[in-house]
Parts: sequence; C-alpha cells; structure tokens
Amino acid sequence: MSPLANRYDFALIFEVTNGNPNGDPDAGNLPRLDPETNKGQVSDVSLKRKIRNYVELARAGEEGFHIYVQDGAILNDQHRKAYRALRPDDPKVDKDAKLNPKDDAEAIKLRDFMCLNFFDVRTFGAVMSTGVNCGQVRGPVQITFATSVEPIMPLEITITRMAATNEAEKKQKAEGEDGDGRTDNRTMGRKHIVPYGLYVAHGFISSKFSERTGFSQADLDLLWEALCNMFEHDRSAARGEMATRKLIVFKHENALGNAPAHVLFDRVKIGRNVDGAFRAIDDKGIGNEPPARKFSDYVVEVDESGLKDIGVEVHYPGGL
Amino acid sequence: MAYGVRLKVWGDYACFTRPEMKVERVSYDVMTPSAARGILEAIHWKPAIRWVVDAIHVLEPIRFQSVRRNEVGSKALSGKIKSAMKRGDLGRLQLRVDEDRQQRASTVLVKPAYVIEANFMLTEKAGEDDNEGKHLDTFNRRAGRGQCFHQPCLGTREFAAHFELIAPDADLPASIDESRDLGFMLWDIDHHAKDRPSLFFRAALESGVLKVPRPNSPEIRR
Repeated sequence: MSPLANRYDFALIFEVTNGNPNGDPDAGNLPRLDPETNKGQVSDVSLKRKIRNYVELARAGEEGFHIYVQDGAILNDQHRKAYRALRPDDPKVDKDAKLNPKDDAEAIKLRDFMCLNFFDVRTFGAVMSTGVNCGQVRGPVQITFATSVEPIMPLEITITRMAATNEAEKKQKAEGEDGDGRTDNRTMGRKHIVPYGLYVAHGFISSKFSERTGFSQADLDLLWEALCNMFEHDRSAARGEMATRKLIVFKHENALGNAPAHVLFDRVKIGRNVDGAFRAIDDKGIGNEPPARKFSDYVVEVDESGLKDIGVEVHYPGGL
Repeated sequence: MAYGVRLKVWGDYACFTRPEMKVERVSYDVMTPSAARGILEAIHWKPAIRWVVDAIHVLEPIRFQSVRRNEVGSKALSGKIKSAMKRGDLGRLQLRVDEDRQQRASTVLVKPAYVIEANFMLTEKAGEDDNEGKHLDTFNRRAGRGQCFHQPCLGTREFAAHFELIAPDADLPASIDESRDLGFMLWDIDHHAKDRPSLFFRAALESGVLKVPRPNSPEIRR
C-alpha cells in the first residue's frame, strides 16, 4: 500500500435526463438551483454518497473496503453473525462506555485502524471524537459542488395513484366527489424533473494527504471506476437517467502539482453544438437555439496543448 | 513587511462559520484570519514557521445564499473503534446515515474573492537551516506555480479555493468600496489553551480592507 506520488485534479461531467439529480430539502425537493443564475447544482455530499454506495457494491465484504458512513441495510451483518457464532468467547455486546484515548499515540492507532478498514475514511476522511483535537482525518479526496453548464428548467409533474393511503382518506374522497368509482381512491402526488442538464463537478486529490491515510493507487483506480459507474447503480424513480459522460483527470508529475488547478479546469471548455461547430455557452448568437436535451447538443473540448511541457498529463478513465 | 506575501484567493462559495452559529452554519461576512492562515498552510508550512495574517482585502461584494443538505448527526466514537479493534470484528462499527440524519442549512458566501496579506515568523522549533529567505522562496515558488500540499479551501473543504500569487512589485487588485463594522470575529484558535481556546477581535472593514491585529496585541480577547 504505497501512497500516491502525484497530485490529481479532475473534472467530472455527468448528465441527467428527465430526473432529479439532487433534491433541495429547502424547496420541497425541487432540483437544487443557484437562485442567482438558475443553474442547477448537485451537492458534494450527494456525489460522495454515490461513490460510497458504488464501492459498497463493487467491493462487498472485501477486507479494507468497508464503508463507514452506511446507507440502509447491510448485507455483511449476516456474515458477521456467522463469525460471532464461530467465536462464542468474544464479548457479545459492548457497552457504550465513554472512552477517550489516553494519548496521541493511541489516537493515531485508532485513526490507522479506521483508515485501514474503511475505504470512505481513507478517501474522504472522518471526524472521530477521540478527545484529542477531535481526531480528524482529512482525506486526500476533495469534491466540490457540481454546477450545470447552462440554467436548468425544473418541471413539476403531477402524478396520480390509484389507491388511497387509508380508509379515512378513501371516505374523504368519496364524500367530496360524485364521480365514477375510478376516481374514488385516487391520490395526487408530485415529481420534479429536469428535462436535461449537464453538470460539472471539480475534484482534487492531494498526494500528501494520501500518505497520512494510506490511500493507495488501487484505491485511486477504484475511485475512477466509481466516478464512471456510480450512476449505473443508483437508478430510482426520482433520478431519471443519469450518467457520467466524461471524466477528465489531470495528473501532475510533481506531488505538489505543476500548475494551478483553476488554470487546468479552464482548459475544459463546454459549448453548444451548432451544426457541428463549437459555440460558447455565453455566445449571444445562439439565443435562438432550442434548449439542449441530449449530450450531443453539447461539445466538450479539452485543450491539451503544451500540457506535457509543464508536466501535466490528461487521462480519461473508463474511456469516456 | 520584510517577509510579506500577498495571495489572491477566490472561489464559487465560502463558509467561514461563526462559532455561535455552528449547527445551521452561518458564515462571517469576510474570511477570518484563521481561515486565511489555513489557506497559507495548505500551500507551505513547517513547524519552524508561523503564519501571521496582516490584512484581508475583499475584492467582491458580500453576498449570501442558503444551502440545505443532509448531514450525519454524530462523529465516530473512539470507544466503538476501540472495542472493534479488541474484538477483531468490524460488526456494528458504522454510521447509518438514514437513522442518524440531520437536515441542516448553511448560509454561505457567494463568489468570494480576497487578497491575503501575510508574513511569517520563525518559531522555537526552527533549526539551524531554517531561515526566512528559504521559507519565503519556497512559498513564493509553490504559490507561483499553483503547487500546494493540498487544495486550500474557503472555510469548508467542499468550497475549494483557487489561488494566485501577487508578485511583490504588482499592484493589488481594487477592493470593494465599503466600510462596515463586522462585530467580534474569530481571530484564531489557540490549541494549547485548555479551557478557552478561541481568540476574538473587533473586526471592521475599512474601504474593503480588514486589518488584522498582530499576535499578543491588546485588541485580541479570549
């Protein structure tokens, strides 16, 4: 498990079609919007959740790839029960005594144990209440909010259900209407969708922090795999069709980096495809173009000129 | 300032959380000196030096937005980790987000941009071969090339900071023409103090510049 020798900056470009990529709890689960620009957003934690879920699926039960911040039911619990049956002399239930490590050395032991066993702690870090300066592990991977390339237009879709939740509701409906039997039990619901949105998130991987948490090259490859495939295993009624369209990785020769991240991200240009030609998003001349509804309405260009000379390589993991 | 550096930092969002509003996070109007120090340390730091922030220039109007997210309600308990280590079994060592969920709003700054003016002094940990010139060169070289130990952030890690060194002979970008009293602001945290580690000062924006008192000056209160 050797740590990374390079710094990485990456741009993740993903799309949503007729779905809600990330609901806003403040706005009744409408897709998140930047109120000033009307561009859509997907929060950092939403993307991290998907990475965790993917790793949990892809590496189920493998040593060292457990996920600490769990979502829902855990299959491994079944396996563990078997373990416990095999080792009856282990204490069955540990009482939650308030324990704090005696000293820094022990805090480091606890930290290393967590990093060794849990992929998400190793990758994103975790806050552990060890009583020694909070025992924070800062993970090497940092992900920012994803923002849509153009303003999005969330639609509110009203849907109906042919069943009532309970008897009372059914009565209420029946009293209110003198319609046919079909409408008696009907309840209305709401869905919010984005017809189409192309989103970009930026991420950073610090090689120096990978030394501290033991984030290895194998973990990095798994992270790229997760970023490319995380939407494939996150299908639901709310999400619609989501997919990673492009993952652009800038690999720096130097552990500290060879170029400022923002300069590299500026080389990723996303424009509208007008009869095969690249037109910038803020080009006044494309005002009459119909709204984008598919990925081919956009053009993604990466300016790779001269990057080799400054010691930065561009990769497209997953062949995207 | 003999060993001064000037760094421009900017990003899409920032959240310099007020300690009195930590649960539903509300950001200070302006970057705190301790956040500025963290940014400098993300680029270059050694135990031999200590960054001291002199001033923070605000380059963009101060605007807020609210974001609500699902967060987890608890930290990893060291006791649980310990017992799992003893057992040699990871059972029950996890956080169930759907059972321990809190929806919290954060009031964050939009499109912030600042210039940090800072210098550093040597600490008692400085060895034979630590001198100001060396560390200053290291910082300037790294910041000039966009190198960093880890990508600095504007308050919290999801709000990455982009940074650019301002050459010693270059002019500073214009700050906003605004003066306001910012009230008591966190100056920094003294990790060696047991009981009251937070240090505050009375912050005021004067023509877009926040002057930061020197360490140990009487303006800093516990």
